[in-house]
Amino acid sequence: MRFRTVALSLAVALSLALVSAAVAADTPGVTATEIKVGNTNPYSGPASAYGTIGKAIGAYFKKVNDEGGINGRKINYITYDDSYSPPKTVEMVRKLVEQDQVAFVFQTLGTPTNSAIHKYMNQQKTPHLFVATGATKWNDPQHFPWTMGFQPNYQTEGRIYAAYVLKNVPDAKVGILYQNDDYGKDYLKGFKDGLGEAAKKLIVLEQSHEVTDPTIDSQIVNLKNSGANVFFNITIPKFAVQAIKKSNDIGWKPLHFLNNVSSSLGTVLKPAGLEASRGLITALYMKEITDPQFRNDKGYQDWVAWMKKYYPEGALDDQFNAYAYNVAILLVHVLKQCGNDLSRDGRGTLLAEPNIRRVETLEVHERPASSDPKGRPRVHTSHPLPGITESSHERSAPSTARSASTQAASSVTRSRRPRRSVTG
Amino acid sequence: MNGGRHPLALAGAGLVVVAAALPFVLSGFRLFQFTQVFIYAIALLGLNVLTGYNGQISLGHGAFYALGAYTSAIMMDRWSVPFLLTLPAAGAFCLGAGFLFGIPALRLEGLYLALATFSLALAVPQILKYFEHWTGGSQGIVLSKPDAPLGLRLTADQWLYFVSLAVLLILMLLAWNLLRGRTGRAIVAIRDHYIAAEAMGVNSALYKALTFGVSAGYTGVAGALSAGAIAFVAPDAFNVFLSITFLVGIVIGGLASISGAIWGALFIQFVPNWAQDISKAAPWAIYGVFLIVFMYTMPRGIAGTLRAAWARRARRDVRSSPAKGGLL
Repeated sequence: MRFRTVALSLAVALSLALVSAAVAADTPGVTATEIKVGNTNPYSGPASAYGTIGKAIGAYFKKVNDEGGINGRKINYITYDDSYSPPKTVEMVRKLVEQDQVAFVFQTLGTPTNSAIHKYMNQQKTPHLFVATGATKWNDPQHFPWTMGFQPNYQTEGRIYAAYVLKNVPDAKVGILYQNDDYGKDYLKGFKDGLGEAAKKLIVLEQSHEVTDPTIDSQIVNLKNSGANVFFNITIPKFAVQAIKKSNDIGWKPLHFLNNVSSSLGTVLKPAGLEASRGLITALYMKEITDPQFRNDKGYQDWVAWMKKYYPEGALDDQFNAYAYNVAILLVHVLKQCGNDLSRDGRGTLLAEPNIRRVETLEVHERPASSDPKGRPRVHTSHPLPGITESSHERSAPSTARSASTQAASSVTRSRRPRRSVTG
Repeated sequence: MNGGRHPLALAGAGLVVVAAALPFVLSGFRLFQFTQVFIYAIALLGLNVLTGYNGQISLGHGAFYALGAYTSAIMMDRWSVPFLLTLPAAGAFCLGAGFLFGIPALRLEGLYLALATFSLALAVPQILKYFEHWTGGSQGIVLSKPDAPLGLRLTADQWLYFVSLAVLLILMLLAWNLLRGRTGRAIVAIRDHYIAAEAMGVNSALYKALTFGVSAGYTGVAGALSAGAIAFVAPDAFNVFLSITFLVGIVIGGLASISGAIWGALFIQFVPNWAQDISKAAPWAIYGVFLIVFMYTMPRGIAGTLRAAWARRARRDVRSSPAKGGLL
């Protein structure tokens, strides 16, 4: 009797070991019971406000593990502090890849920090998935096939505004205010590319400002005097508030496009005055959690329930926590679709096209699954253009209302860039 | 001290042998960490010459580290200069910059100088963004990791490890040579009592500016090495905190001590990681506790404490065996 029990359990253990060995041989960090996921976040230092993203992602994985994991595998989430310092990111990511042997690195945060590990990840042929930065360079599958962005990038957003202007404003005279750095220039490039040939004719004045400037009043006055009737406002929240107020004060009423970086109701539109903000157009790709219209939305309520159970120390008015929730859901979807094949030989199934394409079609979406110019499918975001017309966020045009409602119907909300732009 | 130096030199040689053997034992990641230790040690050595020996406090050495890193990065990126050649160039450039900065800084003493150098640490990351054409702005410059020259069968990690180790040893030797002689006595005399030093004919202004230059040069070489090891430079890597970390390093390692640079470098490289392993929620609180414990138990730094322990042992030896007299 006893011998049989021992023999049986030995057999079971052996077969389990064989199965796990077969899987583990393919990919580091993957066994029959576990997937190791690596991450770095600034839990300390100048950008530590972002740190809640890394913590919230961990809290979401805890929920997934409590519910049995992904195809029987629990997520072992290893996250390190890099203080937003590129050398520290290199050290910590090398630790994740070489010592902890993670299956892949996920949501490493920041533009300079990810730049520092960009080459390394691709040399190591380790997936570098859904990086937390809005820069455009993460979409370069020819040179960096192992890296994939997550947030819609600034250039894409700029092109969307340009398309809107070309379609809806017949006699446009465009004035632009942008922050004089990579973030501002990325937006500017996308906008001009979107206008194409018409750019030279339509743009009447470009004004820039430094992030250290105390005020942008004179730029706004110049823009008004240029006779512009369209205003593309590429500024971070502090200056966006000033721009909205100043243009209202001096009686300049252009069609005002506000970049998503400053689209927050709480930190921009309310301080600037909802009356002065009337008629603004901005692109959102995720539900604004402070917006009362989503109080009864199922996606929002699921998020709140999860927050209360798994991340009670996190703030319910911090959009970063919703961002983390969304990107974690996206990763879990991708992993579920991979099934038992988590190998990464060649291009690797984790990054393989069918998986990403399925993520796209899984979500409620207006646009069909599509590819970027280089032929690689991307996790697309729909960028509805809800016109902010009333304090209650009523949608102005019927066409935009449709996209907004589609967005609201999706329980897997769209990805988005954190409020405070990750441009540094 | 003549008799005492012999076993110390032996121990030092033993350590070098061990250090040279490590690349064939450790993983690439560990080698990278130790490479960083050597790089930090060079920077700390530079700062220690200034602060420990000459008594000038600098809160801005991160700026020279950045300057060295960018000099190397721009030379490699723009003109494809071999990595090794960028090291002396970065050192010379920072030496010049440090000397020039040292001249006006002569008028400032103690805390006032600390504040003036602090402004350097604050300003340099922004200035780097301003010269976007050269520095790549806030995106920084992405580099290729320097490979071992043809014929050497080393991985990039092993090669960088050996280069950093060799540069550290050479610069330690140079520092030792500089400080033990006439120049070194002048530098220390200025720290201890500059009026007395001047009365004895030491050109205080010149020596202070020179010391500042040498110190910045050392830190610049360290920065250049870091550009190669990280293969990326960006303004965010050189914030004010880096300068303060250097200061922590020399105080923990031991002021006015050459070997202290290595202890300090080990501290600033590994203790933040340990702190993070102990507590994810408050790593810097743990780091602070480590700092306080070290300062309480070793007020003269690690090197100072070891030196004192060695001296005590030597004294005991003298007492127990009078035949070995003359040690102290």
